[in-house]
Order: sequence, then C-alpha cells, then structure tokens
Amino acid sequence: QEAAKYEKKVLVLDFVTPTPLGNSWGLGGTCVNVGCIPKKLMHQAALLGQALQDSRKYGWQFTEEVKHNWMTMTESVQNYIGSLNWGYRVSLREKNVTYENAYGEFVGPHTIKATNKRGIEKLYTAERFLIATGERPRYLGIPGDKEYCISSDDLFSLPYCPGKTLVVGASYVALECAGFLAGLGLDVTVMVRSILLRGFDQDIANKIGEYMEEHGIKFIRQFVPIKVQQIEEGTPGRLKVTAKSTTGNQVIEGEYNTVLLAIGRDACTRKIGLDKVGVKINEKTGKIPVNDEEQTNVPYIYAVGDILQDKLELTPVAIQAGRLLVQRLYAGATGKCDYLNVPTTVFTPLEYGACGYSEETAVEKFGEENIEVYHSHFWPLEWTVPSRDNNKCYAKIICNIQDKERIIGFHVLGPNAGEITQGFAAAMKCGVTKEQLDSTVGIHPVCAEVCT
Amino acid sequence: GKNEYDLLVIGGGSGGLACAKEAAQFGRKVAVLDYVDPSPQGTKWGLGGTCVNVGCIPKKLMHQAALLGNALKDAQHYGWNTSQPVHHTWSVMAQAVQNYVKSLNWGHRVQLQDKKVKYFHMKGSFSDPHTIRGLTKAGKETIVTAENIVIATGGRPKYPTHIAGALEYGITSDDLFWLKESPGKTLLVYCPFILHLSGVIVCISLTNASPDVSLECAGFLTGIGLDTTVMMRSIPLRGFDQQMASLVTEHMESHGTKFLKRCFPTKVEKLENNRLQVTWKNTDLGTEEGDSFDTVMWAVGRAPDTETLNLETVGVKTNSETGKIIVDASEATSVPHIYAVGDITEGRPELTPTAIAAGKLLARRLFGQSSELMDYDNVPTTVFTPLEYGCVGLSEEAAVQRYGSDNIEVYHAYYKPLEFTVAERDATQCYIKMVCLREREQRILGLHFIGPNAGEVIQGFALGIKCGATYTQLMKTIGIHPTCAEEITKLHITKRSGLDATVTGC
Repeated sequence: QEAAKYEKKVLVLDFVTPTPLGNSWGLGGTCVNVGCIPKKLMHQAALLGQALQDSRKYGWQFTEEVKHNWMTMTESVQNYIGSLNWGYRVSLREKNVTYENAYGEFVGPHTIKATNKRGIEKLYTAERFLIATGERPRYLGIPGDKEYCISSDDLFSLPYCPGKTLVVGASYVALECAGFLAGLGLDVTVMVRSILLRGFDQDIANKIGEYMEEHGIKFIRQFVPIKVQQIEEGTPGRLKVTAKSTTGNQVIEGEYNTVLLAIGRDACTRKIGLDKVGVKINEKTGKIPVNDEEQTNVPYIYAVGDILQDKLELTPVAIQAGRLLVQRLYAGATGKCDYLNVPTTVFTPLEYGACGYSEETAVEKFGEENIEVYHSHFWPLEWTVPSRDNNKCYAKIICNIQDKERIIGFHVLGPNAGEITQGFAAAMKCGVTKEQLDSTVGIHPVCAEVCT
Repeated sequence: GKNEYDLLVIGGGSGGLACAKEAAQFGRKVAVLDYVDPSPQGTKWGLGGTCVNVGCIPKKLMHQAALLGNALKDAQHYGWNTSQPVHHTWSVMAQAVQNYVKSLNWGHRVQLQDKKVKYFHMKGSFSDPHTIRGLTKAGKETIVTAENIVIATGGRPKYPTHIAGALEYGITSDDLFWLKESPGKTLLVYCPFILHLSGVIVCISLTNASPDVSLECAGFLTGIGLDTTVMMRSIPLRGFDQQMASLVTEHMESHGTKFLKRCFPTKVEKLENNRLQVTWKNTDLGTEEGDSFDTVMWAVGRAPDTETLNLETVGVKTNSETGKIIVDASEATSVPHIYAVGDITEGRPELTPTAIAAGKLLARRLFGQSSELMDYDNVPTTVFTPLEYGCVGLSEEAAVQRYGSDNIEVYHAYYKPLEFTVAERDATQCYIKMVCLREREQRILGLHFIGPNAGEVIQGFALGIKCGATYTQLMKTIGIHPTCAEEITKLHITKRSGLDATVTGC
C-alpha cells in the first residue's frame, strides 16, 4: 500500500495453502486471520468470564451458573475477521494495487509464476520483489499428528467446542491459547518439553506458569508426545496421546478431545523457487538473511516479516519495516527500521509486557555488577474488592549502572500489560534513566504508577 | 526548651503520611495529627485522607463496578450466557468498598507504628510557630512542640449555602461513598461558586479538582443503573482541553446520563415522601423548572481546610481568593520551619501522587541532605469517567496560547479498541490527540487519550515527555499489537491537513 502511494505499479500475490485439516482463510496474513486479532478477542472473552465473577462482589446479580458458548464467540470473531479481509481487498483496490489470490513462486530472474485455486497459471515480471510469505505452524512428525491434531491455524475457526484440550508446547502461542481456553471453562493441560517461553525473561516466565497452574491449568513437564490415536470420531472426538519423558524411560497416556500443537513455526520459503533466482536461505531454519535495508543477497529481491533471520516475529515490526523499505526505494528516505527496544506483550491470563533486555541477557551482556534491578509486586485496586491474588502482579526495571542508570529492560506482569508497556517503550526510545523515572509523577490509582 | 519532635505533620492524608514516613526513615522523631470533622450529613472516616476515604480509591472502585456492568453486556457477545437485564445492589458494592477502605485505614495505622511515627487522633491548631494544640473529640487537650511543622490538611467539598436547602438536604462526595443505601434518582450539581453581593453577581472560578468529581460520580451512578442528571451552569471540565472534555460528556450523554446545561439551582425543598424537590433557572430559555430527586449531590468546588488551624496567629500567609496556603518551590510557607504540601497549597495540582512526591522530597530536603525540588511540570492525570480520559502536558488551547497556532502541530486519530468490535460497542468518542512544536524534531507538548484504561496508557508516555520526547522518536517506537496505546505510535494525520483522522485497518 505504501508503494502505491508513490504511483508504482504494484501486484500482491496472496495464497493460503489449506491446513492438514482443510482450513483456509482470506487476505490479511497470520495476524488478522490466525494470530493477534482472533487471539486477543478470545483472550478478551476469557477475561470477561473473570469479570463476571468479579462483578458479583461489586454488587451485580445474575444467573447463578454462567456458561460459555464456543460457537457464539467464534462466529462473532470470524465475522469480524471477514470484515477485515474485505477491508483489505477494498483498500488495495482503492490504492490501485493489483491483487491476485494465487500461489507465487520464482521461475527465473525477475519472473514469478502465479497459480490460483483452480490451477490456472500466469507469469508476471517485476523490477523488484518483496517476499513476505511468513510462517506456518510446525508439526511434531509423529504418528497421528497431521490426521488428528490441530494448530493455531485451525483453532480460531473451529466449528465446534474443543472440549478437554492438550496443548503441546511452551511458546507464547501455546500459553496464550491454553490460557483463554481455560478461561472459557475448558479442561486444559499443557505439555512442556523443557522451559516456558524460551527467549523471554525466565523469572517472569515462571511466574506466568505458576499463575496459570494456580488457576486450574495442568502442566505436564519434561514430556513429549510420541503418538496420537483416535479413540472415537466426532466434533470433538476422543484422542489418546502417548508421551515419553525427556529425562527417563517413563511413558504416559492421556485422553483428550482436542490436541493443539504449538511447538513453533516454519518459514514459508522452501517451495517458492528461491533456488531459481539464487536467494540464499538458512538451510536449517528456512529463514532469509537480509542486510539492514531488508535486502536479500539478490539485489532486486527484498524480504520483510516473520521470514527474516534474526529479527522479531511481530506484526508492527513487519509493518514498520515494509513501510520504511518502500520509502527508501521510492521516496528517497533513509530511515531504517529500528529493531532495538521493540516492545511486546504476551496475552496470557496474567499479561506480560516487556521492552528491552531480560534480566538474564542483561547480566550476560553487561555483567551482574553493572546492572541494577528494581522490582515490586503490586495489587491492582480492582482486584481488592473481589479478593483476587494479592501478590502476583509484578513490575521489574533493569538499569545500566555504567550509563547513568539508563533503563535497558522493562517488564510488567499484570492486567493491561500492553497498554502500560507502550508508553514506557517510547520513553526508552528517548533514553530514559532511573532518575527521570523517579521524578515522573504517577497517575493514581492505576497499575502503571507502580513503575514510577 | 527543646522541641519534642523533629517534625510534626498536621493531616494524615496522602501528602502528610508520605512526608512523615519518609522523615522517620532518617531516624527522626516524627508525629502526625489526623482528625476528620464529620460532614454536615454526619459522615466521617479514618486515617488516610481524602484519596483513601472519599476520593480516588472508592471512586475508582465504584467506577470499576460500573465498568463491570458494561462487561456483563459485552460478555453475551463473546459467548457468555448472562441474561439481561441484570440487577445491581448498591449495598453489596458499598459495603465491599467501605470494608476495603477501612482495611487501608488500618494499614496506615500499622505502617505509622512500624515506622515509629507517633499518631495523634486530634484536631490541631497553632499556638505559636513551634507549638500545636491538639484537641480530641472529647475535648481533651494535648500540647505538642516541634522543630518543623508541615500543614497537610487538604480540603473539603464546598456547599452552595446561598441556595435554600443546600446544606440541609444535599450531600457531597464526602457522603456519597459512605451511603449505606442506594442514592436512587440523583442530581449532581456542578457550578462555579456564585456569590450575590448586593445585586452584583460575582463568579469565583473553580480550582482544578472538582470539575471531574461530578462527572466521574455521575458516570458510575449511571453505569450501575441509577437515573442520573448533571446540572451545570457553564462548561464541563474547566481547565482541561475543551475538545476532549466535550467528547467525554458526549459519550456520557449517549450512554444515559442526562445533562441540564446552562442551568443553576435556586432552591431545594424536602417533600412529604422524603424526596427532594429542586427548582432551577434555565439561563438559555430564561425559564424556571423543577423536578424531584432522591439525592442531590453538590460538586461546586473544594475549600482548603485552614479555618480552625489558627494560621493568623503564626502569620502563615494564604491566598485571599482561594484561601490556600502560599508556598515557594520548596514547599515553605511565609513562616520559617512551617511548610505545606498537598491540596492545601496554592497553585498546585490537587492530586495524590503530587502530594506524595512533594511530601517525600520535602522530608529528604529537611533531613536527608537532598536539595531536589518537586517538579510540577508535565504531571499526568486521568479522569475516570465511563470512557476514561488520560492526559499529560498542555491542552491544545494552552499550547496555542503559549506558542501560537502556527508554531504547533496537532496529530490526531479516531480509533476503535479491538474489544469493542465483537461487543458492538460505540467507539465514536475514542480519540487521541498529540500537540507538538512544529519545528524540527517536533517536541511533544501534550498528549490526550480517550478510551479504556486511559491511565495505564498515559503513564509511560508521561515518562517519555519528561525526557523531552519528540514526534520523531515516537515514530521510531514500534507499537504493541493489538492494543489501544499503539495508536499513539501511529499518529500521522495532522489537524492542519484537514484529512479524515479515522484509523482504518492494520
């Protein structure tokens, strides 16, 4: 859309290869269809369940037993996503960007072959190319995984309630999904191979896990599934999962209605003809290395988003990188995407917002004696009346002693973590120090003031 | 002789307690006097001051109760089987809130004890610059002397006593949060204090705090299902950015709160069935109108609590118009060794966090060899109306006045919180405005946000503004998706361009 502003002739090819279970979706990519958007809406549904409980303590009276209807929620969510798909189609049309719902692959220099749903092929040539094909969920490679398990690609449009669910994985996808499924009243178990939220601050990751466990989510640690079998067909059916310990020979079995795999995502780079044009990829991960101007090793081919090597898999990063790239190419701009201090939020039942270094990486990079960690538990005012956990919410700031106690890491665990973290990320972009933080007056009574 | 205490604090509220506890950390001998004169309706409360007892805390909790009412409606769209209509019981909420407040009173008592601060439940007044006379409820007197004295007695709501029946039949925020029974059909009156002096009408403009009290209270009363009307003579939220103020009231109006604009009450009478008959003048139509209510709440401003302190005896100067104590940048009054912090001081924002910060810094300057003064610039604040409004820095009007409209750039956006989509909620007034200097890097002068969780959103940005954040730096900050706050990092339409500022898609 940015390129079209500069009156360039632009073509967008978008195609969704159906999931093993046959699921597909419209224009917009992962975030809109099977990521951020439906995830946050379902997380909201779960939060509302909690709000219903709280509201009784605040004087509200209603039906004694509260139940959740999966279909009502999913239909609403899918309707909204449909409106976004439509909105994108209209937007591209209005900006004179040609759109084809077809699978693109390189067949030679400057040439791409587009194959649509009916198998009809067309060839297109362009001066420049941008690869932004993103990723898809990884499967375990065990018997029964593709036949019986679902992934996040299927969950958000599942036409029946998933029932008793086993979530395999410890990524933020796994924990967020496990979180909202439990919040909607389902029986949820999470099977974890080793640690939670690899790459995130581990102190906080453990607090998140603890909170989830205290709120009814079961964890099976240090096990991996080795086989999934169907006991009974149905919507949902019944599945038997066999798992093996990672530390010994113990084998366990469990029965679930649904098995959700969330063990990682693989870049969609292996079947788009990159070898035909010489674009190098990391053979192991499938990701594409680029320079700081998002250029691949082939000068006229660029890449943005989840497929980039060593970059963050986040929607706003992809958007920013894409826009700036086009401004550099066509508007003479020089601004590059700033990948430093990119804030992020994990929408687990207890939300986690973070920006900058985790405590471990700060210690690794600067040395323990050169960093100062300020921290505090807090009790959101709104949790007092309904007597909810009074020592679970937590905020942590990591400062670099050698650089005027500049804030190099910000972490907050509590409600509305994303809303809180955004502003602090802006402040970190300005190089905020602990002293400036101390002299900033808090807004009362809100959770965020605990950070000042 | 030698003074008994190093520091004596009169007033156990946000500012006073913060100052006292900080001073005690330095190993000083500290005492606090706290006393609450019952309101005209007889309401009183424990240690902790306005914020804890009749301000921020109960207000936010009742606001939360109202928000939960919305959540109950939303929940249906998200698949929960809550049947409408649902019912709210005031006494359940009030008791829960009051119990929590009482636990805070207790907590403060314990804290003072832990920190070895002496607590006197007495009303204090000056005998001389180092001597305070404390009086208990029973009339018992205690004399206390101190090297340094901090006045932190705060303020109390005013009554428009020139209106017949105002004092006898009306309540204020001092009473609202402690009502055992529902206030029922409520009229909240917000108007500048008007004195009639032999035929000449003199308007005294309000100080900062009250304009939002009436709106916040009206907001949550409507939210829990009560028939609520706000009467105001002129503009809402005086002192705040007026565009934002009107969006806030627009939202309230479209969600059930009734507004009687450009009206002012002339009398309040009690009816046989114990309801209240209010008569008012409609200045637009020039007519006199009336209606009956269960409760009339006055939100006409707060008066500093200085009357019984005996300030004249020791020569502490106050502002002749507002009655507040005049202090310099170090919180010192006109009398050496006598200081003041919080709502009682002239020219300061009436906010808990500023009182706390000022109190702490004062203690550090007095006893901790610090020289750091309180920075009152760019203090963020939030109005907890049904659709919350958070802001920091200059309003658009103030920026125009200070720099000229040619020298500022205003970025703005109408957005829709993701959670409103499935819930089919109206987001017409969800709006963000950022006022910047027009030149070079475009330093941010003011940020205004209307939407859910406004306080959470604004806090971090206030920090950024404290660091001199510019529009350029903000644009380099990547957004967190999906949140409302990220819309701030995406602001790019200026008012000057005249383009449609509605956010569309990702």
